[in-house]
Amino acid sequence: MPDDLLNSFMTGPDENGRFGDFGGRFVSETLMPLILELEAQYEHAKTDDSFWAEMHHLWTHYVGRPSPLYFAERLTDHLGGARVYMKRDELNHTGAHKINNVLGQIILARRMGKTRIIAETGAGQHGVATATVCAKFGLQCVVYMGAHDVERQAPNVFRMKLLGAEVIPVTSGRGTLKDAMNDALRDWVTNVRDTFYCIGTVAGPHPYPAMVRDFQAIIGQETKKQMMEAEGRLPDTIIAAIGGGSNAMGLFYPFLDDKEVGIIGVEAGGKGVNMKMEHCASLTGGRPGVLHGNRTYLLQDDDGQILEGFSISAGLDYPGIGPEHAWLHDIGRAEYVAITDKEALEAFQLCCAMEGIIPALEPSHALAHVMKIAPDLPADHIICMNMCGRGDKDIFTVAKHLGFDMQA
Amino acid sequence: MSRIDAKFAALKDDGRKAFVAYIMAGDTDFETGLEVMKGLPDAGVDIIELGLPFTDPMADGATIQLAGQRALEGGQTLAKTLDYARRFRENDDTTPIVLMGYYNPIYSRGVDRFLAEATEAGIDGLIIVDLPPEEDDELCIPAQKAGINFIRLATPTTDDKRLPKVLQNTSGFVYYVSVTGITGTAEAQSSDVAPEVARIKAKTDLPVIVGFGIKTPQAARSIAAIADGTVVGSAIVDRIGKGDSPKDVLSFVRTLADGAHSA
Repeated sequence: MPDDLLNSFMTGPDENGRFGDFGGRFVSETLMPLILELEAQYEHAKTDDSFWAEMHHLWTHYVGRPSPLYFAERLTDHLGGARVYMKRDELNHTGAHKINNVLGQIILARRMGKTRIIAETGAGQHGVATATVCAKFGLQCVVYMGAHDVERQAPNVFRMKLLGAEVIPVTSGRGTLKDAMNDALRDWVTNVRDTFYCIGTVAGPHPYPAMVRDFQAIIGQETKKQMMEAEGRLPDTIIAAIGGGSNAMGLFYPFLDDKEVGIIGVEAGGKGVNMKMEHCASLTGGRPGVLHGNRTYLLQDDDGQILEGFSISAGLDYPGIGPEHAWLHDIGRAEYVAITDKEALEAFQLCCAMEGIIPALEPSHALAHVMKIAPDLPADHIICMNMCGRGDKDIFTVAKHLGFDMQA
Repeated sequence: MSRIDAKFAALKDDGRKAFVAYIMAGDTDFETGLEVMKGLPDAGVDIIELGLPFTDPMADGATIQLAGQRALEGGQTLAKTLDYARRFRENDDTTPIVLMGYYNPIYSRGVDRFLAEATEAGIDGLIIVDLPPEEDDELCIPAQKAGINFIRLATPTTDDKRLPKVLQNTSGFVYYVSVTGITGTAEAQSSDVAPEVARIKAKTDLPVIVGFGIKTPQAARSIAAIADGTVVGSAIVDRIGKGDSPKDVLSFVRTLADGAHSA
C-alpha cells in the first residue's frame, strides 16, 4: 500500500465493514445473504457512471442541489469572533439532508428489482424523505416510527400519509427510534424477497454506514468547493449535530484528510450528560457494544442492556452512533461534544431572530456549540456548521418548551 | 464428548427424535423460571435452550420480547442466567443447556470472562443470533476452544453457495430456522421444511434441529419426523407469560415432547 493511502482517513471501511474495531456485520443469518447482495450491488453502482448521473440529475432537479453556503453576517457580528457559515441543507426538498441518501438507496433498490421499501424514522424527516421518493417512483412504502415519536411529530406523520406511505406506530420495547429500527429489521427478515430496507443514518450492518456516508458526502464536497469560492481557502472548523450521524459524516468525510480543518461533532446532551442517562451522547457517555448490526459506542447499563436516550430532538434520540464516528473519536481525528436541550433551544431562538432561519432542533445543537466557541476565536477563523434541517416540524415542541399556547 | 454429543448419541441408540424446549431465564421471575427449567427433563425435554434476556431482540417476535422485558424488569442479568445453569446442574449433569440470545450482554461482560464462567456453570452450547460466520472471531472460535459448542442457525435464505460457510465452524447441532421471519409467528410447514433439512444433511453429519413457528404437539411431531428433532419456544413462553403455574406449563411441555417423540 502506498504511503499516502496509509496516511488517509478516507479508506475505510475494510472488506469486513470495519472502521478500526467498529462496524461489522452483526445480523441474523436470514439477513446475511441480503446484506452481502446489497454490498455487491452497491460496489457495482459506486463505479457506474450512469448511477451517479441519475443521482446528480435528481439532486439538481428534484432536491435543489447544490444547497447554498451562507455567510451568517449578523450572527458573526453578534458573537464577535469567528466568521460563521451555514451549509443550507435545510433548503433541500423535504426540508433536510435525509433525501440525499434516500435517493441513492431507492435508485439502488430499483436496480435490484425491489418493489417494497421499508424505513425507520425518529423525527420523521427520514420517513418523509423515503415516502417522498417512493411516491415519485411509485413504490410501496412502509415506515416504522416509535409510538412516542408519532405523537410528538404529528405533522410529519400526516405528511408521510399524504405521500402514500403506511406509518406503523411501534409499541414494542419502549416505542422509540431504536424499537422502530428493531421492527424494521423484523419486517425485513420476514419479507426478504421483495423488500429493501432504506436505513436513514450511517449505522447498521455493513455496507450501510459506508453507503449512506457516500450518498451524504455531497454535502462536504459542495462545501469545499463553495468555501474556496467564498474565502479562497478551506474552513478552520466544521461542525455538525449527531444522532446516528449521517449529516455530520456527509460534511466531515471529504475533509478527513485536510488536517488543517478541525472537525467537531455535537451530540444531544439532553438534560445534561450525567449518571442518570438523561441524554443521547453515546460517545461522551457510552461505551462500545453491539446493536443493530454494528459495533459502536452505545448507551448501556453494566449488563450490556441498551438504555433509552433522552433529548428534546426526536432526530437525535438514539442510543448509538455511526461506527465511523466511533472510530474518528477513538483515533482523535474528530472531537465530540455534547449540548443540552436548554442550550439548543437558545440557539434555535437566536437563529430565528438573527438570521431569519427557523432551524430544526438537530442543527440547533450544532449552532449552540458554534455560539460557545466562536466568541473566543479570532476574526479570521472560519467556522462552517451544517444547517441540516428546517424547524417547521419542531414548532410545536418549541412552543411547548417556551410556554407558548398554540391554541390561543 | 460434550453433553450435546452424548445426548444425540443416546437418542440415536433409542431411535428417538430430540425435543428441545426454550424458556427465558428470569421469566416471569427468578424462582418461577428456575422451577420450570428444573422440571423440563422429567417433562420429556432432551435439550434446554435457555434464553438470555436482551432489551433489543431483533430476531424475536412479541412473545419472546415480552418475556425478556419481564425478566429484565425482575432484575435478571447475565450473571443470574448463569446461576440458572449452576442451580440446574445441582441435580442434573446430563441434560444439555444451550444459552440463546444476543451478543451485547456477552461482549459487555468480556468474552474470555464469560466463557470461563459459562463453562464453570455447566453451559454446553451457545446460539447467538447476531453472530453470523462473518463474525466468527468474536465468540465462535473462542467458544469452541473453551469446549463450548457454537450452534449456528441456517435459514431459508442460506443458499447452497453459502451453506458450507455456515456449517464450517458449527458444532453440537445445526438449528434450521423453518421460516423467513421472527420467532413465534408464521407456522412452519413440514412439506416446505423437509427438502431444506435434506439439503443441509447432505452437507453435514451434525444433527439438524428445526425451530421457529412450531406451536402444537401435532406440529412438533410432523417437523420432528423430517428432521433430527424440533424446538418449541414461543408457545411455551406464552403459557408462562399468561401466568400458568410451572406444573401446568410442564404438562403442556409434556404434550409437545410426546408429539416430537412419537415421530
